[in-house]
Amino acid sequence: MSETPFDLKDAAIAWCPGCGNFGILNVLKNSLAELEIAPEKLVMVSGIGQAAKIPQYLKCNFFNGLHGRSLPAASAIKAANPELTVIAESGDGCMYGEGGNHFIHSIRRDPDITCLVHNNMIYGLTKGQASPTSLTGFRTPVQVNGVISEPFNPLAVAIALNASFVARAYVKNTEQTQETLKQAIGHRGFALVDIFQPCVTFNQLNTYDWFQENTYYLKDDHDPTDRAAAFARALETEKYPLGVFYRGPEREPFEAALGEHLPGGAEPLYRRKFDRERLVKLWESFGI
Amino acid sequence: MREDVSIVICGQAGQGIKTLEGLLAKIFSTAGFNIFTTREFMSRIRGGMNSTAIRVSSSPVQCYSRRVDILVSLHIGGVAHLGDRVGAETLILGDEGTVSDGEKKGRNFASVAGKEIAKELGGAVYANTVSVGAISGVLGLDGEAAEKVVESYFSRRDEEIREKNLRAFRRGQKRGREIAGEKELSFPLKSSKKKAGEVFLNGTQGVALGAIAGGCNFLSFYPMSPATGVGVFLAGKSEEFGIEVIQAEDEISAVNMALGAWYAGGRGLVTTSGGGFALMNEGLSLAGMIESPLVIHLAQRPGPATGLPTRTEQGDLLFTLFAGHGEFPRAILSPGTIEECFDLTRRAFLLADRWQVPVIVLTDQYLLDSAYNFPLPEIPEEKIENRIIETEKDYRRYDPGEDGVSPRGIPGHGKGLVLADSDEHDRHGRITEDFGVRVEMVDKRAKKLTGLTREALEPEFFGDENYRTLVVGWGSTYPAIRESLEKAGEKGIGGLHFRQVYPLHPKTADYLRRAEKTIVIENNPSGQFARLLKMTFGVETGGGLRKYNGLPFSREEISQALDQEADNE
Repeated sequence: MSETPFDLKDAAIAWCPGCGNFGILNVLKNSLAELEIAPEKLVMVSGIGQAAKIPQYLKCNFFNGLHGRSLPAASAIKAANPELTVIAESGDGCMYGEGGNHFIHSIRRDPDITCLVHNNMIYGLTKGQASPTSLTGFRTPVQVNGVISEPFNPLAVAIALNASFVARAYVKNTEQTQETLKQAIGHRGFALVDIFQPCVTFNQLNTYDWFQENTYYLKDDHDPTDRAAAFARALETEKYPLGVFYRGPEREPFEAALGEHLPGGAEPLYRRKFDRERLVKLWESFGI
Repeated sequence: MREDVSIVICGQAGQGIKTLEGLLAKIFSTAGFNIFTTREFMSRIRGGMNSTAIRVSSSPVQCYSRRVDILVSLHIGGVAHLGDRVGAETLILGDEGTVSDGEKKGRNFASVAGKEIAKELGGAVYANTVSVGAISGVLGLDGEAAEKVVESYFSRRDEEIREKNLRAFRRGQKRGREIAGEKELSFPLKSSKKKAGEVFLNGTQGVALGAIAGGCNFLSFYPMSPATGVGVFLAGKSEEFGIEVIQAEDEISAVNMALGAWYAGGRGLVTTSGGGFALMNEGLSLAGMIESPLVIHLAQRPGPATGLPTRTEQGDLLFTLFAGHGEFPRAILSPGTIEECFDLTRRAFLLADRWQVPVIVLTDQYLLDSAYNFPLPEIPEEKIENRIIETEKDYRRYDPGEDGVSPRGIPGHGKGLVLADSDEHDRHGRITEDFGVRVEMVDKRAKKLTGLTREALEPEFFGDENYRTLVVGWGSTYPAIRESLEKAGEKGIGGLHFRQVYPLHPKTADYLRRAEKTIVIENNPSGQFARLLKMTFGVETGGGLRKYNGLPFSREEISQALDQEADNE
């Protein structure tokens, strides 16, 4: 493993040995290093869960907020200071379950942030209940007769909402995952990467081998600007496609559109000056 | 001579009550009178029965009166809607079609024939201007001056509309004078002491202006009555003042956005009502844990649940005080006047920034929807600047600071890293399960309450310094209590208004102990503030006046209650 500016020397990592999260942490560090992002200009925003601990093991700014709420916080951080690189990262339960409403509306708003979701199809930290992406029939101590609900399809949802960038990766394929992450972080607009990873402790179905057998990479003939084709690929479940599914139309990201009409434009909020004279004038407009 | 006249306009939503109110307010103000207006309305877009009350007075007025001197009914059912507020003396102005026979029976009705006149002029829309004219005529106002106001009010419309409105006004005025003659009415108002250069605005606008004065540059909210107005106002001014306004998908998102904004150097506000605030509770708790400044405008309406969405209550005081899991310091401000809406919302931003805590501005529907004239306030010269530092490489966000406050860095400003964690954390802000660090951090956060108490606003005293009976109120009840006490002018009664309900100023205890009897007046069923006083100071307050039907206290209700108290003694 190469050294990166994001390495934290004495981090006491709380993940199980063999957890897919280790691979994601390494790939992320290398992607950030290759993109030459400065740690002090990066804000990692996460929710709650084992995946959401990832900022704790990185040398950078972080906002490790509430379960399910990373996207609103991340969107606002980017809006308050567009000069920052903002990555929201959490697990499938946090992003798609607790934060499902924010997931939908953040895609619609389209801030220039990256959304990395560790998808292991189970709740790990609460010890093995079904997650929104658990496969139908999957048995757990709670879903004793197997999961009844249809699994959440984050890619199809994102493409349906005309998301800016939609991809899926599998952590074991380090090289491809790193390439996808680099593209996502470099992308201007909301970039979703759903990352398959196994939970080695609680999920005995969706293992490293299972993911290996049930995934394949999109070929060069896939056109990521073709929304209908991307949607069709996103619906495939016999084998799950990996790679960049979709790139939405180019448009101004949320924070740019928001700042466009304001004095100061994209200037970070902390540098803006309060205009007392304008306020006095506004008060006078209430004269009677 | 009379001190004030109380006019009520009642009709369905969509009938133009607002326009009528706006025009009348301008006419009275130009004539040199003080005005107070307030609204009560049903939760719907069209129909229902709504009313606006206008008090016209020679001296400043800041509260609502139950008495109705003139009622303009725009729709059948208007008279009935006001119930026993309409007395035998109340002059009811309307048309044959806007007041039913039953409503007229035994009452003092006069037809303005507004609909007829409007029809002649070519449109039902002119009927309201006829009514304005009629009121002006009945009150014997200077016709020429009033006409000028009407002309300028419609100055942006095309000439035909302006001209027709003027004619409608004149016709109405003529009819009003006739009515005054027929009924031998006289409403001579004392000449006014109102000075030129005053402003007229409502509580919503006061809160919004206060936010701007506090340097607010970020607003995230989800629409909910009666808090929406603040968001709409600030959105309207966003381009002028550089405020990023986000209508979030829900209140949970709104509060987490505001926290994200503060973390990254913005000055964020959320505006909501009880139900939305309930959804924000975890976010409030997060503010406590990461020691983030946060300003919440909580506009109260009657609960539980959806309750009475467009009505008023002071039912969320204890909820606000105890909201959020775990313990962390906060401040709760409770404006009672429009001036205080401005001052205290501004103060909320300064306090939040200074102490890195959530600060809640607790208003209610009545206060937000009420307006009156007052002198243009001094806009503080004090520079509004973030209390943030440029971080050094070894920056630690939660290093112990003075009074429990650590210097606040933001990401991207300096060489350091800024860590915010909802988990218990060490001085860096990194997750910990160390019991010793836990205790250190709990104590650090709690320490801020000492400073917040030191800076708490003293309650405002009025009335007889040598009181035996102390009348206590908080928030929007203040003007009604004050006017009642002043009108009574009785010896031995004092009043105490709380602009800040948490933390309470220590002097409160002295005020309470000096009273033989304390009456706490509250717009809620259980006497929440009385309970807070008991909890904080161990002082049992005896009597109390509570109202919780969804409407505010009128001046008369408080006067009556005080009279009764006096009789009982």
